[in-house]
Amino acid sequence: MNASTSESRPAATAAPTAVGTDPFLERIANDEKIEPQDDMPESYRKHLVRQISQHAHSEIVGMLPEGGWITRAPSLKRKEVLLAKVQDEGGHGLYLYAAAETLGVNRADLIDALHSGRAKYSSIFNYATDTWADIGMIGWLVDGAAIMNQVPLCRCSYGPYARAMIRICKEESFHQRQGFDIVHNLMRGTPEQKQMAQDSFDRWWWPTLMMFGPHDSDSVHTQASEWGIKRLSNDELRQRFVDVTVPQASFLGLTIPDPALRWNAERGHYDFGALDWDEFWRVVKGDGPCNEARLSARVKAFNDGAWVREAAVTHARKRSARAANQSDVRGATSSQSRAAA
Amino acid sequence: MSDAAPPASSGDWPLFEVFVRSKQGLDHKHVGSLHASDPAHAIALARDVYTRRQEGVSIWVVPAHAITASAVEQKADNFDPMASKIYRHPTFYDIPEEIGHM
Repeated sequence: MNASTSESRPAATAAPTAVGTDPFLERIANDEKIEPQDDMPESYRKHLVRQISQHAHSEIVGMLPEGGWITRAPSLKRKEVLLAKVQDEGGHGLYLYAAAETLGVNRADLIDALHSGRAKYSSIFNYATDTWADIGMIGWLVDGAAIMNQVPLCRCSYGPYARAMIRICKEESFHQRQGFDIVHNLMRGTPEQKQMAQDSFDRWWWPTLMMFGPHDSDSVHTQASEWGIKRLSNDELRQRFVDVTVPQASFLGLTIPDPALRWNAERGHYDFGALDWDEFWRVVKGDGPCNEARLSARVKAFNDGAWVREAAVTHARKRSARAANQSDVRGATSSQSRAAA
Repeated sequence: MSDAAPPASSGDWPLFEVFVRSKQGLDHKHVGSLHASDPAHAIALARDVYTRRQEGVSIWVVPAHAITASAVEQKADNFDPMASKIYRHPTFYDIPEEIGHM
C-alpha cells in the first residue's frame, strides 16, 4: 500500500475558506485529534455516531456470510483459520461499538437501530456465499477493499475511532492474506477448482468495487473530508484498489470480468468499466440477494442469546451478594477478636 | 470489591474500561472498553476482545463510572506548558566544559 501519497494530500479538500474562521475546523486542519470530552459541533458528533455504528454493524453482520462455512471448511486447518477470522470480525464490531459509545450513545440503541432496519451496514454482506471460493474472495477482495478504506481512517480526527482503526487494520491484514491463500490454492488445483474460483471472482468483482460507495460527484457526505474523517474520496480509493488488485488477479490466472479494463499509461492507472449503480442502490435499499436473511439471522442470534445475558447478570448479583455476606462475617469476626484482645 | 453499578435491566451490562500491560516491565495502558456483568466477567471478555495476539500479559478492568477525569474546561490551567519556568529543565543550567557530561 502506498501510504506516502495519502500523507502528502491535504486533510481538507472542501471549503478551505471556512478554516481560519471556525476554531473547530482550525483544530482539524492542524491535525489535532478530537477526544470525547472536547467541544465538537453536533453535526460532527452525529456524523461520527452514524459512521462508526454502521461500521460496527458491518463487522457484526460480516460474520454471517463466513460463519456458515465454519462447519463446511474443507480441512481442519481452514476451519481453525476461519474461526479465528470470524472471531476477529466480532472483536472489530466490539471495538467500534465502544468507540461509538464515547460519543454519548447507548449500545442497546445502536443495536436496536440495526435490528429495526433504521441503520445500514455494508451492502457487500448481502451477497451470497454459495461456494468455498466465495470465502477466499471475501478475504482477498472484500477485506482488501476494507483495508483500502480503513488505513486512512487510522488518521481520522476522532481519537477513539482512529485508535480502534489502528487495532483493526493490524488484524485485517491476516484476513486478506488467508483469503488470497484460499484462492491461490484453488487456482493451482483441478480444472473444477479453477472454474469455481473464476465463477466466484466474476460474482464478487463488481460488488467489491461498489463497496467504495457512490462516485464523488454523487456522494452526500463531502463534509466528512473537511472534518478530517474521510481522508481520501470514494473514487480515489476505488482506483487504488483496482490498481493493486489487477496484477494480483493476473498472477493468480483469473480473468477480470470487465472488457473495458486496460492500463492507461497517461494516467498511470487502470481504466475500468462503468459500475451498475442501479444494482448498488437496489441492494442498499434492501433488495439484495440476502438482505432479509442476514438481518433475520442477526436478530435471531441476538434474541436467542437473551437468556445468556440475563444469566450473566443473575450470576453476577449472586456472587456480589455472597461476597458482601462473607465480608460481613469477616467484619464480625475481626471485631470480636479485637474485643477479645 | 465489585463497584460496578447494578445493571438497570437484566439485559444491560455495565461499562468497564480495559487496561493491558503489553509486556512485563511496562505500564498498563488503556486499550478500550466493554460491557460485562461484573469485574470477573469483564476480565474474561477483555482477554478475548483485546488480547487475541499476545498483546498483553496482564489486564485491569475498571468500572467506567469509577473513573474521575480532569475537567476539560480546566485544561488550559492544569496543563499550561509553563514556558516561563524554564529552570525546571536541565538545559537551563550551564555546566563548565571541564566537567563534561553530567
